[in-house]
Amino acid sequence: MIEWLTWAQVVVGLAAGVLCVAFFCAQRAPNDYTLGAIALVELLLVVQAVTAIVAPFVGNSPSGDGLEFALYLITALLLPVLAVVWALSDRTRWSTLILAVVAWAVAIMVFRMDQIWTGSGL
Amino acid sequence: MSGLGRLLVAIYGILALAATVRSLYQILSRFNEAPVAYLLSGLAGAVYIVATIALIRQGPWWRRVAGAAILFELLGVLVVGTLSITLGDLFPHDTVWSVYGRGYGFIPLLLPIAGLVWLWRSDPTRVRSEPIGSEPIRSEPIRSEAAGSSEAEK
Repeated sequence: MIEWLTWAQVVVGLAAGVLCVAFFCAQRAPNDYTLGAIALVELLLVVQAVTAIVAPFVGNSPSGDGLEFALYLITALLLPVLAVVWALSDRTRWSTLILAVVAWAVAIMVFRMDQIWTGSGL
Repeated sequence: MSGLGRLLVAIYGILALAATVRSLYQILSRFNEAPVAYLLSGLAGAVYIVATIALIRQGPWWRRVAGAAILFELLGVLVVGTLSITLGDLFPHDTVWSVYGRGYGFIPLLLPIAGLVWLWRSDPTRVRSEPIGSEPIRSEPIRSEAAGSSEAEK
């Protein structure tokens, strides 16, 4: 993993969650801003996936468990997709809150992925 | 379904996915280290999936399934949480219920409590047995139940 990319991703995830909570408090159903924020979270996860595949070939191998890392990454990639499907089928402000929950969940998972990659943490 | 009910379903869904994938990894990669704990981890994941589905479905039967699944989780997190502290060898600290779900921000401990409260509050039979003229909180679960069932019919 590239450290600054990981931290940027965590910050974007947390910020996207805050944005979604703000729109939830304003009683808005998912709109371009909140769905856009989740799309950005997903885009960064795709970048992370590409980075993780390329990194070992340029001398940046994980010192932790690669399989566990991959499972985290795949699960994290799924979450925003599921959240957007939910948001499009349930057009209420509660979907906006669920987008926030997913954005935060992804941020936490990326943080964990960094611990797994470097072999530190729990 | 009411808004809080939907939030509950979403969080259950995420936890179901997280717990299931993690236990699959544990069973596939290092089952021998702690077979009991990792099998229980897999069972926990399966029960979270059942709870998520049962919370989405309507009707008294699904309500009972949801209640049983959530109660199982509450017992699981309390028993395994305690055992993981007292019998650390048998229960390593990396299953979903270890140390009362600390690895998951104690959500595994809080979620079953929230789930049981929600099931109780939204119970249509409870509303009917309430005395007339008491607190008006009851009006919301009635409406949400009606809205939920019409959604399911679509």
